Formats: sequence, C-alpha cells, structure tokens
Amino acid sequence: MSAQIGITDIVSQHVDKVSGWKLFVQTVIARAYPRVIGQQREKSWMFFDVVLPLLGVCSYVFVYRAIGAPEDYIGFVVVGGAMIAFWMNVLWSMSSQLYWEKEQGNLALFILAPGPMMAILLGMALGGLVATTLRALAIMVLGTWFFNVQYSVASFPHLFAVFFLTMVALYGMGMMLASLFLLLSREAWHLSNLATEPVFLVSGFYFPIKSLNFWVAAAASLLPLTLGMDAMRQLVFASGPSLGFISVPLEIIILVGLSVVFLVGARALLSHMEKLAIREGRLTENRR
Amino acid sequence: MQPSTTNPISPFWRSFRVSTWLGWQIESNWTDPLLFAIYSLVRPITGILILVIMYGVITKGNYASPTFAYIYLGSTFYMYVGSIMAGLSWAVIDDREHYKTLKYMYIAPIHIPSYLAGRGVARFLVTTISVVATILVGQFILNLNIDFSAIDWPLFILSMLIGILMLAMMGMILAGISLLIVQHVWFLGDGVASALYLFSGAIFPLEVLPAWLRPLGYFMPVTYWLELVRRALVGSVAQAFPTLSGLSNLQILGILCALTVVFAVIAWLVFRRCEHLAREQGKIDMVTNY
Repeated sequence: MSAQIGITDIVSQHVDKVSGWKLFVQTVIARAYPRVIGQQREKSWMFFDVVLPLLGVCSYVFVYRAIGAPEDYIGFVVVGGAMIAFWMNVLWSMSSQLYWEKEQGNLALFILAPGPMMAILLGMALGGLVATTLRALAIMVLGTWFFNVQYSVASFPHLFAVFFLTMVALYGMGMMLASLFLLLSREAWHLSNLATEPVFLVSGFYFPIKSLNFWVAAAASLLPLTLGMDAMRQLVFASGPSLGFISVPLEIIILVGLSVVFLVGARALLSHMEKLAIREGRLTENRR
Repeated sequence: MQPSTTNPISPFWRSFRVSTWLGWQIESNWTDPLLFAIYSLVRPITGILILVIMYGVITKGNYASPTFAYIYLGSTFYMYVGSIMAGLSWAVIDDREHYKTLKYMYIAPIHIPSYLAGRGVARFLVTTISVVATILVGQFILNLNIDFSAIDWPLFILSMLIGILMLAMMGMILAGISLLIVQHVWFLGDGVASALYLFSGAIFPLEVLPAWLRPLGYFMPVTYWLELVRRALVGSVAQAFPTLSGLSNLQILGILCALTVVFAVIAWLVFRRCEHLAREQGKIDMVTNY
C-alpha cells in the first residue's frame, strides 16, 4: 500500500520561515540571481551588449581623429562608452523594470510576496551591477586595445572610491526612478528612450563636462555619472586634472550626498507606490 | 451575380494607407501633441549637439569650417537611416512581441510589405520634423552656412526620393530577418544602424577609417546618398572632402540608383524567403517574451 500524505501532515510539517534581515538578504540574492545567471545562460547577449556600444565608441573616436583631437580625448570616449553600459542598465533594467514587471504580470506577485520590495530593487541593482561591470570592462579593454589608449592613474584608492560611490548613487537613483516610472505607466518607455542622448550630452559621456556652461554642468551633476566620470577621467588621464570640472575630493563628497539622497528617496517613493497599490488596487493592472 | 471588378493596386494602397495612419497613432498618441513635439525634437537635437560640442571643444568653435557642415549634415540626415530602416524591422517586433497582432495581420487580406512600408512612413514623418528643426538650429544658432538660394533643389529632392526608397529596401531586409529570429531582434535594427553610422562616412570622411574597413563604406548606398544630400545643400563645401571628390553628381546618382536596385532585389528575395520560412516554421505568431 502506498503511503498517503494528508493535507494535515503537510500543514503540520515544520517550515523554516525567515524574516527580518535574513529575509531581506535572501530576497536580494534571489532577485540578483537571475540577473547574473541569466547572462551566463545567454552569452550571445554579452556580445551584442558589448559590440553595439563599441560601434558608438568607434564612431566618436573617428570623429575626434578626423578633427585632430589630442589622444586623451580618445580615452575620454572609451571611458564614456564603458560608462554608458551602466546608464543603459539603470535606465532599462532598473528604472523601467517595475513597469516591465507589471506588463509581464509579476509586479502583483512581488507585492504579495513576503520579501520587502526594497530588497527586490536592491537585488535588481546588485545583479545588474555585476552583469554590467563585465560588459563595461569588455568595452574598456577592447576600446583601449583598438585605439591604444594610454592611462596615467594618479591614485587607485581614489579611483575605486569614486567608482564605488558613483555606482551606489547611480543604482540608488535607478531604484528611486523605478517607482516613479511605474506611476508614469505607458509614458515610462518613452521617457527611458528620451533619457539617452540628452543624458549623454549633459553628462559629458564623450567630452569633458567642463566644456559645458558652468550652470548646465552643475545641474547635470545631479546625475551621478556626470561627476563620477569627471573624477575618473581626472584620475586616469594625464591631461584629466586640467580638463576637470571641480576637484576630485569635492566630487567625492557630492557623490556621497547623492548616494544618501537617492537611497532615501527610493525608500520613500517605494512606500508611496505600495500605499497607492493598496488604496487604488489598480497599480499592478496591465491596461494594454 | 456579376463578378466584382477589383483594382489590383487597391490591396497595396489600402494596406499602405491604413498602416501609415496606424503607425502615426502608435508613434504619437501616447501623450499630448506638445509633449510629443518636444520628445520628437529633444532626442535627435541633443544627439547632434554632442558632436557639435566635441567639434567646438577641439576646434575652438570654428563652425565656419567645411568639416563642421560635413559632420552636422551627415549626422542630421542619418536620422532617416535609423528611423526608416530600423523602423520597418521594429514594426515586425512590435506587432509580434508587444501588441501580438502579427498573426492577425497575416490572416487579414492585406499586403504585408505594403503594411510594413506604411509603418515606416509614420517614422519618416516624425523624423522629417526633427531633421528640419535640426537644420534650422544649425543654420540660425551654429552658423551652418547653408545658402538657401544656392541649394540644388532638383538634386536634393531626387536624392531624397531615391534615398528613402533605398532605406525602405534595407529595412525590408531587416524586417524579413526579424520574422525568423527570436533572440536579439531588438538589437538588429540598432546594430545595423550603428554599423552603417560607422562605415558610411556620416560623421567623418571614410579616409579616417583603417584602409581595410573602407570598402565596406564604398559598398553602402547610404555613403552615396549622404554625399548627394551634402552636395545639394552645401555644394562645394561637401566636394572639398576627398572620399568621393573624383565623382560627379551624376556618377554618384548612378551608383546610388544601381545600389538601390541591388538592395531592392535582395530585399524582395530575402523577405519572400524569410516570410516563407516563418510560415513553415510557425514563427509568425511565436512570442518570445524577450
């Protein structure tokens, strides 16, 4: 006679339920997992994610060559091209992500699940950061190799600090925008589309931000990549300090401030979004 | 019962006309007209401003140089490449993956290539607004030096007509391929547009490219189309560059026509073959969720 398991047996079985910080960490890992592993399973994505930005980098490098720019400007383009990978990841895989999840029908499940939404966003950010760093590194290495870019690193600790803070502030901004874009619904896609070339322009992805009007550059500094890239260029190129917008220590302080503001903002907007979801009951509705 | 007399042109025209209207609605009805206008102008103009600032930084603002006109006009008219060529393939992806209507298109009495061409027209119209605005910005703010009385209008109109046809044919090739591939379809239009941007001399003369890459540029009809547009608008300024300076307008026009015919034949063969395979393999209604 085969053993039969009744519903009461299942219910009475002890189930380890995690809560508190353990639940938070497990949710982060669970959400980061598909971002990192998904890339390994679809290696050809890596090819396209590297080749397309690299084509853009090549175009801008050849423009600089055509007009006789100093060699450091070629390096500026290569660094900017690599950092574009992070901006595109934040834009399409962070800011727009909750909107996509809604379209796919996952958002309601996220909200219903016991894991905190903040942990889900953080998991997206960490997973995306790891995957994108690989792409950015590939663009950087290939760009450096193709165009023989020469680096002259002034301080590795400062460089790592700037990169780390830039990423914290940038992905914090992405977490904040995720809730905001969700509220915008169908316009989110267009907004993401819009935030490419204008951001490449004001953040100085292909030229020193100092070339812009001071107040334009100051306003653009609200985007973490603006100051992050400016500081990194100052630290890795011989002519960087002379083309820098403001001093590196000041940029580090501002990046710390931006990190705090964006993470707190992400938390506040997420709470607002969750309240709306409960009150109106329509936020997770796919109206297409 | 009398047999109905049908105009053989009507299915093509009807598909084209209705899809043009549909494409316009998809492109524009997501917001109010003002926001749509801003959206349509901001992105392309800022894209070109990147080049303007790069140029200005290095040349200390020497916008009167022919190089500036070369870069500015090449980049401005290149907008059509992305919008028309990539737009046609995007229509396949949009209808199959997003709206999930491609399968209905195929069972409806419409002519699919005409339908796709119509979807491209909407993008063409939006891009034309951006191109005109960008040229006006260049002319009145950046000292682009286009003498409107000296523009070779017949050459400009002819090269635009052939160019648009050529881009539509290239787009049809991509649309055919998009019917078959399930992964990376999102990258296809952008990838080809990015590659052409690099190899067609849009923003720098082909001489800047390594010698082994230049033949790619000479095979691309976009190279000749952009050259003709520049020559029509700024005449001798464009001819100052060595790439095609040895060729007359008529010769370039001939090459453009020949390459357009070549790409039209390729487009017809590729689209027909891909469409057949997509039907046979059941890919018309296959949604990948990528």
